[in-house]
Amino acid sequence: MTEFKRPDGRKINELRKITAKVGVVPNADGSALFGFGDTIAIAAVYGPKKMHPQHSQNPEKGTLRCTYNMLSFSVTERIRPGPSRRSQEISKITEWALQPIVMIDDFPGNVVDVHINVIQANASTRCAGINAAAMALAHAGIPMKSMVTSVSIGKLDKQLVTDLIKEEEDWEEGEGPTDIPITLTDDGKITHIQLDGNIPMKQLMETFELAKEAGKQIHEAQVKALKEAIEKK
Amino acid sequence: MTKRIIAIPGETLFEGEEYIPGEGTEKRKEKIIALRYGLVENNKNLIRVIPVSGVYIPRSGNVVIGKVENVTMNGWVIDITTPEGAFLSLMEVPRYVNKDDLRGVLDIGDIVAVKIYSVNSRGIDLTTKLKGLGKLDKGIIMQINPNKVPRVIGKEGSMISLIKEETKCKIIVGQNGLIWINGDKIEDELYAKKAILYVTENAAMSGLTDEMKEWFDKNKGEIN
Amino acid sequence: MIETPKMTGERIKEYLQEGKRFDGRKLDEFRKITIETGVSKNAEGSARVNLGKTEVLVGVKLDVAEPYSDSQEEGNLMVTAEFLTMSSPRLDLGPQPFGSLELARVIDRGIRESHFIDLKKLCIKKGEKVWNVMIDIYSINDDGNLLDAAGIGAIAALKTARIPRYNEETGKPIFGEWTDEKIPLSKETPISLTVHKIGNSLIIDPTKEEEDISETRVTVCSSNGIVYSLQKGESKELSVEEFQKILDLVEKTEKKIYKEIESNIK
Repeated sequence: MTEFKRPDGRKINELRKITAKVGVVPNADGSALFGFGDTIAIAAVYGPKKMHPQHSQNPEKGTLRCTYNMLSFSVTERIRPGPSRRSQEISKITEWALQPIVMIDDFPGNVVDVHINVIQANASTRCAGINAAAMALAHAGIPMKSMVTSVSIGKLDKQLVTDLIKEEEDWEEGEGPTDIPITLTDDGKITHIQLDGNIPMKQLMETFELAKEAGKQIHEAQVKALKEAIEKK
Repeated sequence: MTKRIIAIPGETLFEGEEYIPGEGTEKRKEKIIALRYGLVENNKNLIRVIPVSGVYIPRSGNVVIGKVENVTMNGWVIDITTPEGAFLSLMEVPRYVNKDDLRGVLDIGDIVAVKIYSVNSRGIDLTTKLKGLGKLDKGIIMQINPNKVPRVIGKEGSMISLIKEETKCKIIVGQNGLIWINGDKIEDELYAKKAILYVTENAAMSGLTDEMKEWFDKNKGEIN
Repeated sequence: MIETPKMTGERIKEYLQEGKRFDGRKLDEFRKITIETGVSKNAEGSARVNLGKTEVLVGVKLDVAEPYSDSQEEGNLMVTAEFLTMSSPRLDLGPQPFGSLELARVIDRGIRESHFIDLKKLCIKKGEKVWNVMIDIYSINDDGNLLDAAGIGAIAALKTARIPRYNEETGKPIFGEWTDEKIPLSKETPISLTVHKIGNSLIIDPTKEEEDISETRVTVCSSNGIVYSLQKGESKELSVEEFQKILDLVEKTEKKIYKEIESNIK
């Protein structure tokens, strides 16, 4: 079998260059930037703070609230500023991906806000956003059981690959593209998974190995950025 | 200057029966796992994570600095940077207060040093019946991360004493991260502010009080 | 970040009377300006501007649209601004504050009235197809003076913007493909600068601490002594003499900022 060729020359299990940094929004209680190649997301955390309006508070539970947004010029065809159906869904997905690890009930009646903005997009923006959010939450001193790592595993024709780019999302050969963003905890539990495309169930189960392998490198980058922020000083 | 171990949530800090989980950690089987981002402290096998970030969590006994937000019939609502407002009853002011003249004692926008004497489900109760507390008149207010406050105060107040001495300023460090500085000259206040910022930026460094002594020798009142 | 207490405000004013500022700057001195262009590859042009800790991102996108009925041979210009909730603890989810609307309007008028963009050259077919120039401004971190940061960012983003390829058959641009052509701009670079009055002092580029106690401000968009747009904000009155001083300060500063922009654009 000849080696599978990806448009940007990467190996099938190779991530794009990771960029990770904390403290990018000085006003926030915690903040981080995470990038997969040309896809760059920043996340800022505020709180815990009082939830407004008051009736939305739960006196026993804390609330983790995520807002995902793409800057209008982050993609080639301008997006109208403001929330869309897509961004609202991804906001919720991001909350679900993070809730299992964030010990939000330490702050009953309060909200922790995570604002995610994608400043440049070349696919996998929700994964970059979740990676940035996990770092920003840690940076903000929010108690967490674990970090999470998020990566998009793809199936191009019949081949599984790690970290899809836009060109691959539009794969035209054979069985076409399948996009499977997956978020995992440190011990490999799934906090988020979505899928668009077509894939046999048996092969779907193989994607987790790739996600775990990528997760290791993502986690390493997250940890390095967080540690450096203290050590540099 | 020795570097300290940094904890990331989820990380295994120590492994073995002998370790006891303290604040910011939990035990999973034989492992001590970090739950917060911060500096690791091992005190006779009691493992803690000392946070370096996070908002202020009010605790009774804390001296904090706040701003008068509202005047009610029987006291003042004080903003101490917590989600809930805090309340200073007129009974908790160390003098007789005429009910018709609450504003004459403390008005909206005034800055006060207060002590939290109770945190409960109804809110936060404050008092100024202690030496050094009450309305603060002149000076500047600066804000730092509340987790850096212990470093600014130092062991038994060694750091803040040094800063007060070197800058000739009166300083009150609120546990909520608000700091009041009052000196004869604005330059002195800004010099104290600069010194405090230096401490917060180097909070992870050990031997910081000695480092600050050198810093003062080097800076000699220079504020820019 | 708390609102600047009155107490601190008084000290800032006293110090300004001596001609000094808390961060050591002179009254007419900007913070360190950093301008980086090409920060978002999918935009036609983009810029990140930092004034100290203040950060804004500006992007320029082009699209093909119908011209307005009163300008059949001209491209369109649209400026929007969003104060991202991430940029300040004082912002909450929900409707945008008035400040973001005002900022977009002020920047729009400066660019429009100075004819910085040669909109006539952005006509593809008279009465039918023209280029639509959309400038979007986002605050990333607000430590004061978003207005001037946005103005500088808009200019830098426009100066580096390329025109997308145009598909004659569909009458639409080919998104993600660019020509070598730049957006046609005038030689004059209009720069928008804001002077604040605090006590009896006039300052530029306030930090948030200073902006909190500013009593009135005037934003002037000018180039080489010609004023193209102007806005006085906030309710404190100004004397004519003070207004003259404001213009002097703007004229002096505008040249410095122009150099700063030019030296930062590749």
